[in-house]
Amino acid sequence: MRGDNITTEEQRRQLLEELFEKKKAGKLTPAERFKIPPQPMPEQDHNDRRHNVNEVALGCTETAARLEALRCLQCKNAPCIKGCPVQIRIKDFVAAIADGRYEEALDIIKENSLLPAVCGRVCPQEVQCQQTCTVGVKFKDPTKAVSIGRLERFVADHGLAPRVRGDKLAPAEAGAGTATDEGPGTSLAVAPQTGMRVAVIGSGPGGIVAAADTRRAGHDVTIFEAFHKPGGVMVYGIPEFRLPKAIVQKEIDTVTKMGVKIICNFIVGRTRTIEQLMNEDGYDAVYIGVGAGLPTFMGIEGESLIGVYSANEYLTRANLMRAYDFGKSSDTPIARPKKVAVIGGGNVAMDSARMAVRLGAEKVYLVYRRTENEMPARIEEVRHAKEEGVEFRILQSPKRIIGDENCHVVGIECLKYRLGDPDASGRRRPIPIEGSEFTIDLDAVIIAIGNVANPLIRQTTPALAFNKRGNIIVDEDCKTSMEGVYAGGDIVLGAATVILAMGQGRIAAAAINEYLARKKETAKQPTDRRLNI
Amino acid sequence: MPHKIVSKRQLSQDIFTAEIEAPLIAQARSPGQFVIISINNQYAERIPLTIADADAGKGTIRLIWQRVGKTTAELADLQVGDEIANISGPLGRPTRIENFGTVVCVGGGIGSAPLLPIAKALKDAGNKIISIIGAQSKNLLILEDEFRRISDELIVTTDDGSYGRKALVTEPLKEVCQRKAKPDRAFAIGPAIMMKFCAEVTRQFDIPIQVSLNTIMVDGTGMCGGCRVEIDGKPKFVCVDGPEFDGHKVNFDLMIKRLNAYSSQEQQAYEHYKKFSRRRHGDGPGWTTDNG
Ligand SMILES: Cc1cc2nc3c(=O)[nH]c(=O)nc-3n(C[C@H](O)[C@H](O)[C@H](O)COP(=O)(O)OP(=O)(O)OC[C@H]3O[C@@H](n4cnc5c(N)ncnc54)[C@H](O)[C@@H]3O)c2cc1C
Ligand code: SF4
Ligand code: FES
Repeated sequence: MRGDNITTEEQRRQLLEELFEKKKAGKLTPAERFKIPPQPMPEQDHNDRRHNVNEVALGCTETAARLEALRCLQCKNAPCIKGCPVQIRIKDFVAAIADGRYEEALDIIKENSLLPAVCGRVCPQEVQCQQTCTVGVKFKDPTKAVSIGRLERFVADHGLAPRVRGDKLAPAEAGAGTATDEGPGTSLAVAPQTGMRVAVIGSGPGGIVAAADTRRAGHDVTIFEAFHKPGGVMVYGIPEFRLPKAIVQKEIDTVTKMGVKIICNFIVGRTRTIEQLMNEDGYDAVYIGVGAGLPTFMGIEGESLIGVYSANEYLTRANLMRAYDFGKSSDTPIARPKKVAVIGGGNVAMDSARMAVRLGAEKVYLVYRRTENEMPARIEEVRHAKEEGVEFRILQSPKRIIGDENCHVVGIECLKYRLGDPDASGRRRPIPIEGSEFTIDLDAVIIAIGNVANPLIRQTTPALAFNKRGNIIVDEDCKTSMEGVYAGGDIVLGAATVILAMGQGRIAAAAINEYLARKKETAKQPTDRRLNI
Repeated sequence: MPHKIVSKRQLSQDIFTAEIEAPLIAQARSPGQFVIISINNQYAERIPLTIADADAGKGTIRLIWQRVGKTTAELADLQVGDEIANISGPLGRPTRIENFGTVVCVGGGIGSAPLLPIAKALKDAGNKIISIIGAQSKNLLILEDEFRRISDELIVTTDDGSYGRKALVTEPLKEVCQRKAKPDRAFAIGPAIMMKFCAEVTRQFDIPIQVSLNTIMVDGTGMCGGCRVEIDGKPKFVCVDGPEFDGHKVNFDLMIKRLNAYSSQEQQAYEHYKKFSRRRHGDGPGWTTDNG
């Protein structure tokens, strides 16, 4: 097949028809599959998107998705599945997409992941399933692997979209995430009431999954959230242009429809403690999913100057409180600096830099002390940031932040770095080059070098065991040192990923369901205390 | 969970107080703690306010605020029966209440509100209480009767001399510190600049002073760092490490500058609100609007 010069949708359709016929006849060879070009993901033009917060990646068309799915070799050993933190049956859902069986594809994903529309967008696939994918390995380029994440997003959005067009798929806009309809494959089935009560602390991805899974077993579930809106990092951290809030809201609506109660503005440890929830308020089990919400600062001179933000503050003002709409629907102020440096190289740094672009900065520097190879951010975010004009300053790091007489930031003094031998994280260690100081003129600095555990739960729950870094210690069932108390996500793993948090939420929920079943069994004596709920 | 306003009163020209339903917070709070509120829609500004008092039995908390910006003006426009969408708390560490001996409590302007429950608790713990409360002028003075009731001695000052002694609070504070029976401890709550000078006065006499800082906040749980101040040269988060700190260690100059970081945008939001809000009856004097 002449795969290389396929550019129009029409050509793509023809190619798909041809290949699909062959496949049905059992004649599509691996060599032919290799020849199918990686399918594009339409994106907002980078000049336009600098001025709006709409989603950048627009979602691929049905034809492109099916062609992409046909690139999959259906490997016997399916190394992709081993690369997936929650072992989604990738090979099978990709095969279903190739055949146009989208609902089935979605059901397969939902066996292991409750939030495919989210994960399809934010998972670092290039170091998970797509890193181990045979196709990528064959091309010696993980970006040429089967685009598993895009396919996941494709079916999830298809499921979210109103299903009015029958079997004909909605075109690219279907991915825009404005859909409001009930999707297929979202399991609302809930077992009969057990009379047991579960408290879920924190409404991030781990909490949402733990709530859904325990509710499904028939327990009475309440999520307690400190902020005034549920969703965790998915609403206050990851920006709209990468993860539309309507999609997160949809997932939250699903759990509330299942009967999960969400109480916002409730800070466990302050409003009530875990012990009070269990001993006085009648909760039989608890899942702690409070995330890693404490920003790390660098400890250098000038960090308290006006114009120095933690990425958390900057992104929260921008996302959760919509500061980009200041004066319209929002009254949360945010600084609109012209020259900004973001310190760090992870997703949080990319998000901050790209948000600064959208808030009108003329010059945005990303200052990172290692090289692009060591950056923990998703490859796609790095590319998007560059396209949007963010200037990468690698092998540099601030030594101090310089302020004027009014304590406003006017610049940073940086040192240059070189890479030494690998450190404990396996990445090459950055070593400052003495005497290499230079300055960059700025009016804001955003520090995005990481988050650690918030000590509030620790300070208010003496019976709970923590490690040195302040993370909760759990066993393989996500059980903590306290009876009936389970934990997962960033508060256990340190700042990690959405999928890992989800995975732990699921493991914990299974363990909680088992624990409560046992508890109910032993409590079957006539003294049942709360028949009225 | 919306929170209903049970009662509301105007204490002076721009100072209001309301009793608001918040049963869990009423039960959990201790003197010195605060809440973060946002009034209506989900993108509203979040502001911290100290819990002036609470009635756990009735399930209400009392807030006192001064109309200085958009959110406080909007709050002032709410009436009994209206609801506040979001209140979270109680936040911050409670005040350490002990029997220190003689304590001098200095409240400036609206700062007298959060000071009152602390002074009360100190009194109950057996301390001798000397209170100094001050305001710019008579019509901004609040809680005089309440302070008189719990204080062994009360000194009232106004900047313009329209009531009480014409002085800044630091003047009588200095005199009290000079007395033979030197106070054992001081508490000061008010504008940052006032707390700064109170700290300087007490430093000369080697009297420890607690101050309560009211910085800009977002989450109030330690998540953003926007509330950070320098204590003894090190960054601390007011919402979780405070709000009370050793006044001799606070870098007030930096804090004062940080407080003004958003002032132009805040002013803009406030002007906008004043222009477009329909002001309701019962506000007493104060700014007027086109819709008066
Ligand atoms: C800017 C940014 C970008 C990111 N990008 C990606 C990405 O592209 N891909 C990816 O996989 N991961 C990404 N991550 C990481 C990912 O978001 C987190 O790993 C994940 O959200 C952790 O989930 P969690 O379940 O632990 O809870 P979180 O999402 O951390 O949520 C915890 C919730 O608990 C609440 N809470 C905290 N304390 C209390 C309390 N005491 N009482 C009640 N509620 C409380 C918080 O308000 C919050 O809502 C990003 C993180 C950030 C900050
Ligand atoms: S490794 Fe790649 S090619 Fe093989 S089954 Fe998985 S997705 Fe398909
Ligand atoms: S208000 Fe965000 S850390 Fe204190």
